[in-house]
Amino acid sequence: MAPSLIDPPESAESVLANPLKAPPKLVAPEPEHCPGPESEKAGLADSCAGCPNQAICASAAPKGPDPDLDLITARLAGIKHKILVLSGKGGVGKSTLTCMLAHAFATNPSNTVGVMDTDICGPSIPKMLGVETETIHVSNAGWSPAWAMDNLAVMSIQFMLPNRDDAIIWRGPKKNGLIKQFLKDVEWGDLDFLLVDTPPGTSDEHLSVNTYLKGSGIDGAVMVTTPQEVSLLDVRKEIDFCRKAGIKVLGLVENMSAFVCPKCTHASEIFKATTGGGRALAEEMGIAFLGSVPLDPRIGMACDYGESFFDSFPDSPACKALKEVVRGLAGTVGLDPLEVMPDD
Amino acid sequence: MSLSKVKHIVLVLSGKGGVGKSSVTTQLALSLSLAGHSVGVLDIDLTGPSIPRMFGIENAKVTQAPGGWLPITVHEADPTAGTGSLRVMSLGFLLPRRGDAVVWRGPKKTAMVRQFLSDVFWDELDYLLIDTPPGTSDEHISLAETLLQKARPDQLAGAVVVTTPQAVATADVRKELNFCIKTGIRILGVVENMCGFVCPNCSECTMIFSSGGGEIMAGDFGVQFLGSVPIDPQFLVLIETGKRPRYPEGTLVNGQDISTPAGAPHIEEESIKDAASLMQKYRACSLAPIFSKMTADVVSAVQRANLA
Repeated sequence: MAPSLIDPPESAESVLANPLKAPPKLVAPEPEHCPGPESEKAGLADSCAGCPNQAICASAAPKGPDPDLDLITARLAGIKHKILVLSGKGGVGKSTLTCMLAHAFATNPSNTVGVMDTDICGPSIPKMLGVETETIHVSNAGWSPAWAMDNLAVMSIQFMLPNRDDAIIWRGPKKNGLIKQFLKDVEWGDLDFLLVDTPPGTSDEHLSVNTYLKGSGIDGAVMVTTPQEVSLLDVRKEIDFCRKAGIKVLGLVENMSAFVCPKCTHASEIFKATTGGGRALAEEMGIAFLGSVPLDPRIGMACDYGESFFDSFPDSPACKALKEVVRGLAGTVGLDPLEVMPDD
Repeated sequence: MSLSKVKHIVLVLSGKGGVGKSSVTTQLALSLSLAGHSVGVLDIDLTGPSIPRMFGIENAKVTQAPGGWLPITVHEADPTAGTGSLRVMSLGFLLPRRGDAVVWRGPKKTAMVRQFLSDVFWDELDYLLIDTPPGTSDEHISLAETLLQKARPDQLAGAVVVTTPQAVATADVRKELNFCIKTGIRILGVVENMCGFVCPNCSECTMIFSSGGGEIMAGDFGVQFLGSVPIDPQFLVLIETGKRPRYPEGTLVNGQDISTPAGAPHIEEESIKDAASLMQKYRACSLAPIFSKMTADVVSAVQRANLA
């Protein structure tokens, strides 16, 4: 008889409420179907019966509050607004939107903006902001971020790689460790905005960002989606995650909505919104809809070359739509929309 | 291990999200099945499974049998038509509600991937395609570890790597290729997805996500370039609504006329979404001939690899 159908997936609440246990010292290799020695069920799951590690795993103490949390809160005390950019789905434009927001906030020279890239296995921010070849400098005050502009600081794992194309083959706990260092050891200084770009999904990175930033307060999260249902499906899960983790959803942005043919100006819906798209999802979930950004090949080009799309193509309809999104977002975090993004 | 009756295992990988891993997996599966192979699809994207939606089997539930969990059948083999069977397994089938977040840390994901590989009862299969989440992390490490340990060397055929043409995507996918090299997984080839969009109004082809990046990357790494796949909104409509693709007269894809014959009847029932007829409808899609060629290339790459 095959082992029983896995227990129903752990509820998000229980994962959020139960931090990992400290890794116990095992006396034998982990058996098949091991729930993971650091997991909440360690030593208690059905598959643990008969495992030589069972008693060790079951008695491992819960980690308790992380002593570094206070250090992180102290380090981030000078940051006024912390905004996450999230999406359950990959490739919908999280990093692109993060860069756009960063450029938009940084157009006002009196603002200082920081961008933290928590996508450990696929960092895109450095390329998009044109700082791919930077490295991190370490001083006694901490790690200095790379500066893409006079008032735009960036931190990403890409700066730590010996070769540009190196794969980062890391499991969850190691990724959590680096994210913690990005918050604890990086000398962010006094920032007006810290934008946190995330990888797709609802896993280690998201849980850590949430845990580490809880103490110093997160303004909220911006959700990014594309119009088709395959994407909305994953974004719905991400909104569910935010609700359960107590992160405020500032609004939803629909990216890649329509494509206007450069030759005949015919608008096509490439990623067809068969179920109503982002607007319908925002209504369904009761969150603000910040706007639709049309698909413009020049956005991708600006990202490939690390240029600011606002500066390069100020007349494009996508640029106008993005400005509306920035204004809407500024409003939700209690700023004057026209001060952040003045009318042309 | 319940993979013992599987002849070839092919991974579909990409460092970047949203480049079309799941849609490439789906189309490879349909093409392999059209070519007469029996195919299984295993979706290990645990926090964002798309495969159930792709095949239109979101409401299916997995059942248990003495040999393990039974995958969901999309269609059975049809010897008269020369097509093979298609079965699917995904975490999506185990979720109580489709909007629920699966918030799992690494160790739990590792355990689940192992369990998926060992406990799903795949009957005789020619090809098992494994769809993965983006990145090079827990799921990938566990997948590589488990397969390299437990699968026979002739079983693990290798990986098809998907990218889109723009530099931001290839930068991440290069990392994935290095992951394959490091872990010793053979690279069967690179697919460049979303490489151009033909305006349905004026037939002008726009390279929305630039072009050529995938081919250059394949060249840099000395791996086979399997081809470029344009964006076809009709494929998406087929997946989402079950409507058979139709094209206006004079639509050319890679120099081939694929426009729907003027006299072709519009059958009302065809607009109904149902999994069993997906493969037949896919035949009318402009991407089908592209994938049919690509599938033939993958099959011969797998055979070459086994001879070597």
